[in-house]
Amino acid sequence: MSKQTTIAIIGGGLGGLSAAMKICELTREKKDVVVQIFSLVPVKRSHSVCAQGGINAANKVAGDSPYQHFDDTVYGGDFLANQKPVKAMCEAAPDIIDLFDRLGVPFNRTSEGHIDRRRFGGALHPRTAYAGATTGQQLLYALDEQVRSFEVEGMVQKFEGWEYLSAVLDDDGQVCGLVAQNLVTMELKTFVADAIIVATGGPGLVYGRSTNSVSNNGLAVSSLYHQGAKYANAEFIQVHPTAIGGDDKLRLMSESARGEGGRVWVWGDSSKNYLDIHGNQKPCGETGKPWYFLEDKYPAYGNLVPRDIATREIFKVVYELKMGVEGRPFVYLDVSHIAREKGSEYLDRKLKGILEIYEKFKGTDPHQVPMEIFPAVHYSMGGLWCDDETFMTNLPGIFTAGECDFQFHGANRLGANSLLSCVFTGLYISGPEALKFAKNRLKPAQEIHTAVFERALQKERDFLNRLLKLDGKENPRKLHLEMGDVMTQNVTIVRENTTLYETDQKLQQLQERFWNITVPDKSTWANQSLRYAHQLYYMLSLARVITLSALKRNESRGAHFKPEFPERNDEEFLRTTIATYDPNTNSPQISYEPVDLSQITPRKRDYTKASVAAK
Amino acid sequence: MNTATSTAKETESKIDTKTIKFQIKRQLHPEQEAFWEEYEVPYKPSLNIIALLMLQNTNPIRTDNQTSTPVAYQANCLEEVCGSCTMVINGKVRQACSALVDKLEQPIRIEPMSKFPVVRDLWVNRSRMFKQLEWIQAWNPLDHYAPIGSGPAIDPDTQQKAYNWSRCMTCGCCLESCPQWSADEGFIGPQAIAQAMLFNSHPTGKTKADLRVKALMDNGLNVCGNAQNCAAVCPKELDLIGAISEANWQATKQLAKTFFGRH
Repeated sequence: MSKQTTIAIIGGGLGGLSAAMKICELTREKKDVVVQIFSLVPVKRSHSVCAQGGINAANKVAGDSPYQHFDDTVYGGDFLANQKPVKAMCEAAPDIIDLFDRLGVPFNRTSEGHIDRRRFGGALHPRTAYAGATTGQQLLYALDEQVRSFEVEGMVQKFEGWEYLSAVLDDDGQVCGLVAQNLVTMELKTFVADAIIVATGGPGLVYGRSTNSVSNNGLAVSSLYHQGAKYANAEFIQVHPTAIGGDDKLRLMSESARGEGGRVWVWGDSSKNYLDIHGNQKPCGETGKPWYFLEDKYPAYGNLVPRDIATREIFKVVYELKMGVEGRPFVYLDVSHIAREKGSEYLDRKLKGILEIYEKFKGTDPHQVPMEIFPAVHYSMGGLWCDDETFMTNLPGIFTAGECDFQFHGANRLGANSLLSCVFTGLYISGPEALKFAKNRLKPAQEIHTAVFERALQKERDFLNRLLKLDGKENPRKLHLEMGDVMTQNVTIVRENTTLYETDQKLQQLQERFWNITVPDKSTWANQSLRYAHQLYYMLSLARVITLSALKRNESRGAHFKPEFPERNDEEFLRTTIATYDPNTNSPQISYEPVDLSQITPRKRDYTKASVAAK
Repeated sequence: MNTATSTAKETESKIDTKTIKFQIKRQLHPEQEAFWEEYEVPYKPSLNIIALLMLQNTNPIRTDNQTSTPVAYQANCLEEVCGSCTMVINGKVRQACSALVDKLEQPIRIEPMSKFPVVRDLWVNRSRMFKQLEWIQAWNPLDHYAPIGSGPAIDPDTQQKAYNWSRCMTCGCCLESCPQWSADEGFIGPQAIAQAMLFNSHPTGKTKADLRVKALMDNGLNVCGNAQNCAAVCPKELDLIGAISEANWQATKQLAKTFFGRH
């Protein structure tokens, strides 16, 4: 029997590929490990390509420091992030930028030839390195290239066009493999794995339309939750302030537009007033003139307040003050003054990627006229629970990397920290830790009895056969729309306990109705209808985790805003929400665990003033 | 139609009944025959082709009132940056996500790319494109990933040139439109040529430049007939013509070196 160790990575975005690359580097001499990557799409098409604005790392030139980056991240996350991993991430960030630089990422340059930086939300230092406005794409390509070189050497095997379905756990609950389905042949197969790294990104499809890609269906994490994995801080869903609409998806207009000087405004109306943070009535700008409401309300950070705050302010302007553009639910995001002052070519070098998306999809040229934008569901701060040292979930041998974990971003993620957290975890934590685990197993996965694998396979086969036979009256796509609508309506910017409760009731009804759907395609070849139904089943379950986690948290913190409880309540809720699947009730059980506060003492968030790191 | 003479009421009723008509080339299995289907949905402004396919998937009822099956297609980012949803729409190869219905003549004809094997319906297998990246060793060979500091300083114009080539999303438009490229043999095509030039222009990638040029020459670099279709269809406006002429120049230099025996 060969002694080769296998590590399976689920997802080929930045998290998954950085883990793969690191494991290959660590085992290049002995070549006794094979990395298998399972991905719905060719890994080069993973959702990481959608990340636009950049990647953060403290920059000595601007008088910045990793500690300031660390403090900004924890403060921006309203103190719900676990501080040790955040600190380690911010300390490693400058090395990560250097590595990507060596890998050949075409970061924008200063005139001397060094990597340029721009400002991002929740930070006063320009610490964001970027490649035009397609930084995620460029970072992903760099990793894709390195992993391809290992593939040629035989150290990596890709299973592109396979969907992970579930983990195979031995009698002690330790992972020994996985079940996956081929999207073309529909073959179901088990794979032996000594460790698994889950790097499947966020669950945006739970909201129907979001800024997420089609592949972000949440099946893998939801399926793991059904197998007993704990899910943490599910209620913390980031709604990005600036996106454009569409029937198929909502498209992000990067925060980097504001980082480069873009301004958010609506036409002012001095007959209307708003309450500032000190309780004073102030006029909503001057009638007939642009009202730059973020600059007005938050002089220190201006348009670059953190996303949760910008989103709520836009929401207020549109729905409470009724000052949306021409009475519609939009505000202006304006970069046209930059084109006028510094030239279109200057603007294109910095932002071309998003400006061309806007022009192609909306038909007007943002070099000339302001863009019309509105908030959209964007990112999940919560995710699979993992410990803060090895990033292993409570299922032994299963690790996390990237958006699907929960450690770094607390109650609100700062822009340009997500690419960093994906790569940091893959390179520095879950890659090496999964390797260590796989190597130190008492019993290699391939020695586990085949009956364990057959049982897992049969379970999935039975479930899929049951789905394929569904021939009821409900339309799965319409159920998905209903779920997306109710989630978007009630579990995003403003949350009320009554409607959260109703949402959970509605989700339970949808779960019942699910078994009355039709799977409209019964074929056994490239059957996307079957995969869709399967994903929907797991999305419904995850939607309940998000909703009930939100219902139970009676406070306002970061992205979680409850007008009934408008203040942050550290005494009761400076805790991580943990959802555990209860098979008897088919519902999540909610409990809490402490947050790591070992480095920075919590303080009140106030973005009207500059935040000073309290060391 | 002379809109100037229509009354407001007429215009209104026309808008009410306005529809979008589209035809999809279907093929349920690689070994089955392809066929066309026609659909009609109520008009809505600002839809893209993906939104039409989603409507078809929700309600696959054809204009002849027959219920069909949801059409299979590839799509992911839906903002023209992942390269998944390339199709031939009204005869032009492009991404379905950025193809706006309001700008297309109806009935809109949607078919799979013709140069790649069909998996099902609009879904094709483009794995050949990723294989080609292996042939040309499309990566910068690093010694290791240890933290040893930054890479070399690069001037902004060189960065802009590299960024242009580096935006290639492996979508396949250039290959679909190329008269010389086919998935079976011969010409490697503009996609891989541009990537070879990207790495040949990088200080670290350069160390394998000769090898990449050889791979291009072994795979029909000289077959390019200079039709320039590739550059015309590239959704990201890559300088493919520049890449091909640069590759030819590097090939000439390499041949000369071999000819004069200088290694």
